[in-house]
Amino acid sequence: MEQQRSISGSSQSPRSPSSQPYLSVSVTDPVKLGNGVQAYISYRVITKTNFPEYQGPEKIVIRRYNDFVWLQDRLFEKYKGIFIPPLPEKSTVEKFRFSAEFIEMRRQALDVFVNRIASHHELQQSEDLRTFLQADEEVTMERLRFHETGIFKKPADWMQIFKDVQSKVSDVVLGKEKPVEESNPEYEKLKHYIFELENHLAEAQKHAYRLVKRHRELGQSLADFGKAAKLLGACEGNALGKAFTELGAKSETLSIKLQKEAQQLLMNFEEPLKDYVRAVQSIKATIAERANAFRQQCELAETIKLKEINLDKLMLTRSDRVGEAEHEYKEASQLMQSYMLKAEGEEATRRFETIARLMSEEIVRFQEQKTTDMGVAFHEFAKGQARLANSIADAWRSLLPKLESCSPV
Amino acid sequence: MMRQENDGDQEADLHASQDDMESLVLDEPPSSNGQSSPSASTSVDRHSATATTATSSQGFNSILEPPSYADAIFTSFDSSSSNGHDCPKPSSYQSEPPTRSEFLKIWVTDPQKELELSNSLVPGGTSYHTYLITTRTNMPEYGGPGSEFTVRRRFKDVVTLADRLSESFRGFFIPIRPDKSVVDSQVMQIEQFVELRRAALAKYLNKLAVHPTIKKSEELRLFLVMKGKLPLTRSVDMASRMLDGAVRLPRQLTGEVTAVTDVNEAAQPAKGGRDLLRIFRELKQSVVNDWGGVKPMAVEDDKEFLARKEKVAEFEQQLSNLSQQAESLVKAQQDMGETMGELGLAFVKLTKLETEGAMFESQTLRANDMKNVATASVKASRLYRELNSQTVKHLDKLHEYLGVVLAVNSAFSDRSSALLTVQTLSSELVSLQSRIEKLEAAASKIFGGDRSRMRKIEELKETLKISEDAKSCAVREYERIKENNRSELERLDRERHEDFMGMLRGFVLNQAGYAEKMANAWEKLAEETSGYAKDGS
Repeated sequence: MEQQRSISGSSQSPRSPSSQPYLSVSVTDPVKLGNGVQAYISYRVITKTNFPEYQGPEKIVIRRYNDFVWLQDRLFEKYKGIFIPPLPEKSTVEKFRFSAEFIEMRRQALDVFVNRIASHHELQQSEDLRTFLQADEEVTMERLRFHETGIFKKPADWMQIFKDVQSKVSDVVLGKEKPVEESNPEYEKLKHYIFELENHLAEAQKHAYRLVKRHRELGQSLADFGKAAKLLGACEGNALGKAFTELGAKSETLSIKLQKEAQQLLMNFEEPLKDYVRAVQSIKATIAERANAFRQQCELAETIKLKEINLDKLMLTRSDRVGEAEHEYKEASQLMQSYMLKAEGEEATRRFETIARLMSEEIVRFQEQKTTDMGVAFHEFAKGQARLANSIADAWRSLLPKLESCSPV
Repeated sequence: MMRQENDGDQEADLHASQDDMESLVLDEPPSSNGQSSPSASTSVDRHSATATTATSSQGFNSILEPPSYADAIFTSFDSSSSNGHDCPKPSSYQSEPPTRSEFLKIWVTDPQKELELSNSLVPGGTSYHTYLITTRTNMPEYGGPGSEFTVRRRFKDVVTLADRLSESFRGFFIPIRPDKSVVDSQVMQIEQFVELRRAALAKYLNKLAVHPTIKKSEELRLFLVMKGKLPLTRSVDMASRMLDGAVRLPRQLTGEVTAVTDVNEAAQPAKGGRDLLRIFRELKQSVVNDWGGVKPMAVEDDKEFLARKEKVAEFEQQLSNLSQQAESLVKAQQDMGETMGELGLAFVKLTKLETEGAMFESQTLRANDMKNVATASVKASRLYRELNSQTVKHLDKLHEYLGVVLAVNSAFSDRSSALLTVQTLSSELVSLQSRIEKLEAAASKIFGGDRSRMRKIEELKETLKISEDAKSCAVREYERIKENNRSELERLDRERHEDFMGMLRGFVLNQAGYAEKMANAWEKLAEETSGYAKDGS
């Protein structure tokens, strides 16, 4: 089975011939700063690297959640075609925002986020990543944050972006009603797959979340049941009372185990599923970008064609009313425009083709990565459930001899 | 246990049609599992796969005897909760050990609708339902081994039976009969209501049949055996009793009819009787007892009984609480099973998606992993459902004993009302005595005698004698009831101990057994995904 992807950098970089290049990051030490509504969590981001562009072997900076968002935005802008790693959602529920479990889960998710970037052979070379990992002054980040355009909206906005791109269709230039789309059957298949995948994953994640809740509920009801059994045991007295008391105590013990497992389930099973969903949503954003690039390419191609037609017309006609110089001027400017458009057109084509190429590479990487990620999650899930079931069985079995000894005969 | 879970089952489960997959968590389990279930009840080697110690598996072996417990716990897929519509089967879960030599089993089946004939004020007539009551027994009172009887009865007959039993068996813990529940029958469908009632009647009659004293009662026997109209005279309803009593009262007050408690009536409770005057007297006495500064003649002297009464009240409270929590527990288990099943189904869909037109090998691998997750989840879901249906049966004992507490309280109040009768009669005797003395004292002062007074004294002395007889009767009755209370309390202690220990054992064994089965399923999945394990796991 494929090994877990290492977090050191790609070995294909020609930058450091002597030692193996590496870039490893950890997000640690969440600390609550600020007061009241303004309060937020800051994290320590520790970078260890031998990349020449980086300052020294180790660097520590302080970052908050919005800084990560900024980084994601920048990468999305610059590296179209690449599936940018997803971020955990902003939590809007006040009470939950500063709970220990939430902070820990977020910290883990941010750590995973940065490391995925750091281990991606293209993304790890990003200047913005360097800024994020190295820039000392708070001021720098402040300034950058202020300028952030916030393209990366909430996952719910992915669809909106996609729709917006599609709605550009009623473009007069094209003169068509239907949106222009690639006629690539394999790509169509991929798009269909991605959309279906998101739906199914979201459903699985929903049930996984509910399963966590059920564990908590079962734990609570066992605790209540145990307490009531103990009370009845106290009232009964003698052997039977003792039996009820023991049963009650066991129930309470198991209740605690269930609560623990609920937390494990949340972190090791539900969260990876959520991460998977986010990753798919990131792909959808890339799909939208690709459609955008394709449309631009088509638009320009159309514009160029029209320009050429005009130019031909222009060259063929000779207007008596307009002077020769003026006419020549018109021709020349039209020609210039035509050349510029062609350059633009080539640029647009190049952009589109880059995205398409990157996507096909990325999809391979994505599938492999996800098989591993989910494999780990499934394994943890299975282990956790087996552990829980075994300790439940053991607990109840240990009670049986005591129940035997309590019988009167 | 392990041999059930071979690959064949897995494949069969998941290569079934879409419909089957949808119904995986809904209705009947696939036949493969159904066949292997009987082996589960006898299998002892189920521990081979799990890491339980030798001692506990030995304990499990010994706990499997007597067979009734094992049957109760692991007859998972069978019809242990039959509805008694076809072949006669006990429709309530019996935890009674099969060691009693005498048995009396009753089945209630075949509800039929019948029309009320005459006496109907409503034109067109009303209808009611009758039920077929089948009895099998080996008791000598019923004709010895192999006896079987069938009669048809309606609910009214059951009410009559219950009333007569409570009259004849004062002081006993008589099982409470099913509710009349008139309101309910209007809320739910008639069919549903009839079915509920049928099941409740079966439970009730079998409880009577298990009570050591009542099972031998003539009232029960007549109910079960005599065809046609029920030959038990219906206790006249309260209204007409009160009317009768009201008619008598003026004549009692004027002395036309004896105002003294009849000897026979002294053995019956005042309430529900026709003697209104007696009711008033006893009411007055009880007020005197409660508020008067004077201690009544006879006092509840059994401190032990008083302590016991308090205990019963506390027991009722705790039992009720535990019963409620048991219901919540059952609900939580049910929810867990449902969600687990839904999770499994979601992964089935994902498996399909990744399998159809997979473009990469990594997808095929992942599809396989997801299929395994789906299998384990669906299996766990099924196990939770089974666990839960067994849990319900075990914890039902708690609800049952809430009913027993009602019977106990009723028996205690029999005792209290009998005591009240004794106290009332005692007071009457005292007052009669003093009246006689006063009259005698007054009469002796008159020279030559006072004829009217002398006559009065004679009358009073006669009344005194009757009252004395009535009082000894009442005292005898009271002592009898006290004794019934005592022996019943003993029986209650014994049976309660047995029943609850059985319940606890069954519950715990059930939980342990199903947890082990689930552990197996999850361990299998852990193994299947072990390639992804991080170091050290």
